[in-house]
Amino acid sequence: MSMLQIKNLHVNVDDREILKGIDLEVDAGKVHAIMGPNGSGKSTLSHVLAGRDGYEVTEGSIEFKGVDLLELEPEERAATGVFLAFQYPIEVPGVANMTFLKTALNSQRKARGEPDLSTPEFMKRVKAAADKLAISQEMLRRPVNVGFSGGEKKRNEILQMAVLDPTLAILDETDSGLDIDALKIVAEGVNALRSPERAFIVITHYQRLLEHIVPDVVHVLAGGRIVKSGGKELALELEARGYADFVAAA
Amino acid sequence: MAQDGDTNRTAAETALFEWFAAEAGTRAEEGSIGAQRQEAFDRFSGQGLPHRRVEAYKYTDLRATLRTLPPVAEAPASAELETALAAVPPLGGEELVPSRIVIANGRFVPEASDLAALDGAVSVRGFAELLLAADPVLGRIGTLASEVDDPMLALNTALFEDGVVITVADGATVNRPLEILHVATGSDPVTTMPRHAVFVGEGASVRILERYEGAGEAAHVTNAAIELAVAPRASVVWAKLQADGTSATHIGTTTVAIGTAARLNHLTINLGAKLSRSQIFARVDGEETDIAFDTATFITGKQHADQTLVVDHKVPNGVSRERFRSVVDDQAKAIVQGRINVWQYAQKTDARMMSNALLLSEGAEAVNKPELEIFADDVQCAHGATAGQIDEDALFYLRSRGVPKRLAERLLIESFLVEAVEGLGDDTLVPALSERLRSALRGE
Repeated sequence: MSMLQIKNLHVNVDDREILKGIDLEVDAGKVHAIMGPNGSGKSTLSHVLAGRDGYEVTEGSIEFKGVDLLELEPEERAATGVFLAFQYPIEVPGVANMTFLKTALNSQRKARGEPDLSTPEFMKRVKAAADKLAISQEMLRRPVNVGFSGGEKKRNEILQMAVLDPTLAILDETDSGLDIDALKIVAEGVNALRSPERAFIVITHYQRLLEHIVPDVVHVLAGGRIVKSGGKELALELEARGYADFVAAA
Repeated sequence: MAQDGDTNRTAAETALFEWFAAEAGTRAEEGSIGAQRQEAFDRFSGQGLPHRRVEAYKYTDLRATLRTLPPVAEAPASAELETALAAVPPLGGEELVPSRIVIANGRFVPEASDLAALDGAVSVRGFAELLLAADPVLGRIGTLASEVDDPMLALNTALFEDGVVITVADGATVNRPLEILHVATGSDPVTTMPRHAVFVGEGASVRILERYEGAGEAAHVTNAAIELAVAPRASVVWAKLQADGTSATHIGTTTVAIGTAARLNHLTINLGAKLSRSQIFARVDGEETDIAFDTATFITGKQHADQTLVVDHKVPNGVSRERFRSVVDDQAKAIVQGRINVWQYAQKTDARMMSNALLLSEGAEAVNKPELEIFADDVQCAHGATAGQIDEDALFYLRSRGVPKRLAERLLIESFLVEAVEGLGDDTLVPALSERLRSALRGE
């Protein structure tokens, strides 16, 4: 059975239907890209998966590792292995990055019935991940995302992902606001985390991220439905032709 | 007293009149201080305890809340003082070892204080000692307070029992912070009115922790006053921690004068007391000053905390920043009154005031009353105020990383308040006070 099974998912936001019957199966070890024009429902899908308030599921189901994901609180989903890298990472003044990471990791471990990670083990894990992403000690000491540049915020998201070690990572427009160098660092960070046990859903508007994070499957989301699925070459086709045909078809 | 036939006087006011009358003999021996007391009491008695029709006390009606006053505190018995001091929670780790000045029941207790490590550049003397020696420093007492028209400050001047005068020599850098620790002994409520004066010499640098601790349920009443003179180029870090008992009334008034190119970072943390009012009257006397006032308030139940600040920019080129952070739960009520006056000649003043309140329940209330009065035409002044709930986006962000809702909320509340504490900019006091704030938020 697939790690993630989304069946006929309908979602309303403020009584307006945004997702109109999504079907999606993601297997462990695979990278699925979801592409689509603005307003197609890409971010809605990522938020519904992570459990954000304000999204009403009117029909359909989401099963993750055999569990009904819609029944879980956001923190329970995280502990089960879901991670969302935010399009706009939130600034949390007054909470040091390191404290935040440790609190998050140990909260998840506690929820799974695992013991707290010792401080040296934790530091080792953070340092290994931070070095790969060119994140300085100073950034780790600073409050979460406060005063970070756009690129630093996105790198910080990937750092969290590396430390929290999810089984399903959702990247919501991680490429937005990144210059090419930052994009490469982020992509390398993601690629380093690809493994047979982990699946990725990479949500993006543009094809360029997918040059660096090469997907197994590409889906086109338009008008709240997946209107086409294919291999990585579909991304190139989209880049060449644009979304207009798909929007019209939706 | 016969002429004061005010039939509207409350029991509390009557007690204050009697208190003042009983001290007549002592006053006669106090020279200039005694004269100030008479003048101040005349000022106070003209209006009595301030009430809601007095603009500055509109939100904190002391006449209504202090109908009666507990008796004047006696000098502390040593066994009871030991108990009271043992109940004071530790603050900070090994990094924070202050020179401790113990003020018990409004009186300086040298034998309970720890001043052995005091630098020769600092002197700490009690009023009793100074009066006995007719010390010339007494001539400076009241010079700041007399310029501020406030009934509770006047009342303190009229009735203060004791306190300390701290002087820091010109150019001295005092490494160890000075802690002025206030406690009341015994389980019966008492009224205390301590008074301190701190004179920081030119170019000197000192850190002071003004602390009020109350463990029990006794409805103590404190009306404290402090005069702080910061000489040119001096640098002062001042933290006030108000953690009086949950039934107490705390009134504290600080009058400050800041000299040329001096720095002052002032922090008030309000945690305790059923009703508290911390007021600061700051006068910027010299140019090129850099001052900051931060407040972190966390109140629950039916607590009422009033933070009132008046900053007078009298000369050009002063920078001041005022930041109030309040977290209000249950039916508690936080009042912030911030006023910045920029006088006609105070060009190039840069003053910024911000008040943010986090309301944790339906019944919680925050009142913001910012005022700017500007008579100069080339200044930068700003004020802003917000009141709201915990940021939903931040809460979701934390939860999406696996942090349970309640813990995430606590982290966000903590961070909101700790930001104000960090305004103090001191590596020793900030961690100690932040930790104290965190334990208060955990309900400890």
